[in-house]
Amino acid sequence: MSFPWANEYKPSHPFMVWMDEKLPLPRLVYNAVGGGYEVPRNINYMWNFGFLAGLCLVIQIVTGVVLAMHYGGNTAVAFDSTEHIMRDVNWGWMLRYGHANGAAAFFAVIYLHIFRGFYYGSYKAPREMIWLLGVVIFLLMMATAFMGYVLPWGQMSYWAAQVITGLFSAIPLIGDPLKEWLLGGFAPGNATLNRFFSLHFLLPFVILGVVILHVWALHIPGSSNPTGVEVKSESDTLPFYPYFVAKDGWTIGVFMLIYGAFVFFMPNALGHPDNYIPANPMQTPAHIVPEWYFWPFYAILRSFTQNFLMFDAKLLGVLAMFAAILVWFFLPWLDKSPVRSATYRPLYRKFFWALVIDVLILGYLGGMPAEQPYILIAQLATMYYFLHFLVIVPIVSSIERPEPLPFSITESVLGTDGQAHLGPQG
Amino acid sequence: MDHDAGTDAPAVLDGEGVRRRDFINIAAVSAAGVGGLTVLYPLISQMAPSADVLAESSTEVDISAIQPGQAIKTVFRKQPVFVRNLTAGEIEAANAVDAASLRDPQTLKERTKEGHENWLITMGVCTHLGCIPMGPFDGGTVLGEFGGYFCPCHGSHYDTAARVRKGPAPKNLEVPEYEFTSDTVVKIG
Repeated sequence: MSFPWANEYKPSHPFMVWMDEKLPLPRLVYNAVGGGYEVPRNINYMWNFGFLAGLCLVIQIVTGVVLAMHYGGNTAVAFDSTEHIMRDVNWGWMLRYGHANGAAAFFAVIYLHIFRGFYYGSYKAPREMIWLLGVVIFLLMMATAFMGYVLPWGQMSYWAAQVITGLFSAIPLIGDPLKEWLLGGFAPGNATLNRFFSLHFLLPFVILGVVILHVWALHIPGSSNPTGVEVKSESDTLPFYPYFVAKDGWTIGVFMLIYGAFVFFMPNALGHPDNYIPANPMQTPAHIVPEWYFWPFYAILRSFTQNFLMFDAKLLGVLAMFAAILVWFFLPWLDKSPVRSATYRPLYRKFFWALVIDVLILGYLGGMPAEQPYILIAQLATMYYFLHFLVIVPIVSSIERPEPLPFSITESVLGTDGQAHLGPQG
Repeated sequence: MDHDAGTDAPAVLDGEGVRRRDFINIAAVSAAGVGGLTVLYPLISQMAPSADVLAESSTEVDISAIQPGQAIKTVFRKQPVFVRNLTAGEIEAANAVDAASLRDPQTLKERTKEGHENWLITMGVCTHLGCIPMGPFDGGTVLGEFGGYFCPCHGSHYDTAARVRKGPAPKNLEVPEYEFTSDTVVKIG
């Protein structure tokens, strides 16, 4: 939203004036991420991860496009061309490590961004659409990351393709034909690899498109803030440029230090050594695990080991795994509390941290072998996960007595707001 | 404010009947819709297995060298197939179970060929999510709790008739179409 006090774009150079008449793109950018976008002055560092996620997407697209110049999406050459990138292509090792660790960084940033939303109620009206588009972006990211992981055509690549497409065969009646259609064969093969390469190239640009919608939807109500109190007056906001661009710049520096540490000093720390063995359809690695960012969902998938009523365990596991994300779509309506921020919700705040611990436990278990006691703990953690969203959040939002909210953002920052004495109309 | 209305038949002026441009509108949109759907079909169909993938022929396997208790892993349609020579004890163990109590009720007899009950021939693809279970060919130390096969991915245990007994797999290991062309040669597919 453009608040009435927001700076107006005023081109001074004759060329920019001419440009503004013909194609007001600079005006759009100025109002979106420049001096024309007014942001609540009290946002904390948790609000920096959206910008960082955008940076990650740019890193992935740039490194990905150049990697595609050296990679061959054919089972005969895929593994060797990946090694060719690592050994022969100038700076190829850096580009590939940057891309692989960039995916991990992207997920780390996006998880913090999502949990920021959980804590501060960023999904609540009037920001439901931003949240829904965000969940769509997350689903697209998962699909893109999975297909990218298949491309090097190592053992983990091959078996990831086998297991993940196997999820679709759980669907009654159409499952097996659907799996064959997705794979283009009876098992992952050249047709599979080639189409995954094509889609892995396409989807980041689809993500970029949805990100633009996400930011567009954000700019209608404006950014949320840690108090959850809406902007009331000019003293509540500061322009995005230069204040928050500078602040985002600082976190970019911190991010780059951590990202660089991984890329340059421990590039394989998050990977799996089995993926340096060429794909072998005749030998399943003894311990198949996805990348760490899928572990919580993988634990949910594996926690279904018994048939229930007419549903077999496999279908239940697949449904639960997808439901674990799809339930986020309903969050704006499951949480009925009018108070957004957990800062003023003492009961919800406790359950938020319980959810964080629960997801961390699921994440740990997703990386462990499918044995006891891991399975039992995963079953309990899965139960709690769904209990949180479907039972605890609705109940807490109706029985909780929130703490008093500040009159305004200004009051929460300065301890006092001159307008607060003027009366309730603010 | 329809300027063409005046040139149409009087009935149209009263707002009745089908106007010429209504017909053109419906016809054009229908043609575009049907045309669009027609184009969609090849775009979807191209992803299905291609002719060369479908044309993969049957596989002949020489089983003469497989001793009781041993098994081999061979390939059919680019997927693994297990050929296992069951020992008398393994056959007994499989027959000792009440088939009706199983998740996917089948007897060993139903899963083997008459006269060749010791030859257990199944796809080596776990019915959970498609991993290759471990068996005698992996050193013989990991056979699962029921002595058959064990899938390491998500912990499905199969017995000596390759029937699922524990874990998330919904079905027994699939028995492919096959026949004994002689006592030592099996033709799969």
